[in-house]
Amino acid sequence: MDSALASERAVYLPGTVRTAVKLLVVGHFAVGKTTFVGSLSEIRPLRTEETMTQAGALVDDLAGSERKTTTTVAMDFGRLTLSDSLVLYLFGTPGQLRFTRLWKDMTQGAMGALVLADTRRLEQSFPVMSVLEEQGLPYAVAVNRFEGAPVFAEEEIREALDLLPETPLVVCDARNRISSTRALISLVQYLQSLHTRTPQENV
Amino acid sequence: MSPGRRERGLVRPYVVTDGRAYPTRNTFDLVTLVMAHPDRPLAGLSPEKRGVMELCLGGALSVAEVAGYLELPVSVTKVLLGDLVDSGHITTRSPIPPAELPETQLLQEVLDGLRARL
Ligand SMILES: Nc1nc2c(ncn2[C@@H]2O[C@H](COP(=O)(O)OP(=O)(O)O)[C@@H](O)[C@H]2O)c(=O)[nH]1
Ligand SMILES: [Mg+2]
Repeated sequence: MDSALASERAVYLPGTVRTAVKLLVVGHFAVGKTTFVGSLSEIRPLRTEETMTQAGALVDDLAGSERKTTTTVAMDFGRLTLSDSLVLYLFGTPGQLRFTRLWKDMTQGAMGALVLADTRRLEQSFPVMSVLEEQGLPYAVAVNRFEGAPVFAEEEIREALDLLPETPLVVCDARNRISSTRALISLVQYLQSLHTRTPQENV
Repeated sequence: MSPGRRERGLVRPYVVTDGRAYPTRNTFDLVTLVMAHPDRPLAGLSPEKRGVMELCLGGALSVAEVAGYLELPVSVTKVLLGDLVDSGHITTRSPIPPAELPETQLLQEVLDGLRARL
């Protein structure tokens, strides 16, 4: 697969597309980010990696004598062409990338984020929610339902995650395209309400 | 390209970009759409830039997709694209400036597009 020419694997955008927007899909390890992006994307999801020093700076001298601790950070992303002129990109990424250039690249210009959560470990969602709050990036929360995971009432989850009353909370199955689309719709409706402050008018 | 060239980890970013970590311009967003100019000669381009051109001659893609298909880090991809813009090989279509299209209108279009997929 990888030996095929990139130009043969590439799925190009319609020539009429003029605007590209992006939303983030974030959450802790194994919460379903890659699955979610894959369910929605019209292209086979792509992945890109960046090598960082431990401090988060880009490695600037791979051949240097000085030994640096390096890590590889990755994000995967997908694409949805929404109209003749508009394309939406979804970037799926763990939150601990916060000090990396890749995180900056992803959040810059992003309209908002969908936080995926797992009821078996809700507390693991806190770090990424804090990062989004620090950066002023609005978000909605989607509980990704895993078999055998405890089912809580919405109020209990809101309380456990310490959500603001206006933060949308939905349940989704990241493996299902319709369910995942609905979760994104909840996020976008919320983003719209932040602008208009009269959400009812736009529903 | 020689066999194995595309294997992850074999691309040495700072060889590819002549040691530069930053692009000549700072105009690339992950979702900046790029297109190759079909009439520009490819002679004299490095293999990596030629790879970018071969990919982008097929149509418009975002910076993130170029990085993904070529299996290059985003930072390296931006350097290559910056040079190719400077030399007239690549043109960009940046995300529409907010002033030109109100975010509310954009959000409505996103919403309409998502609902149409249900
Ligand atoms: N039961 C169930 N399993 C899921 C769901 N979403 C993802 N998974 C599985 O959970 C694992 C981790 O998902 P992945 O998308 O790789 O998580 P990521 O680390 O956040 O990208 C994979 O084995 C998925 O198949 C879901 O909605 N329900
Ligand atoms: Mg993943």
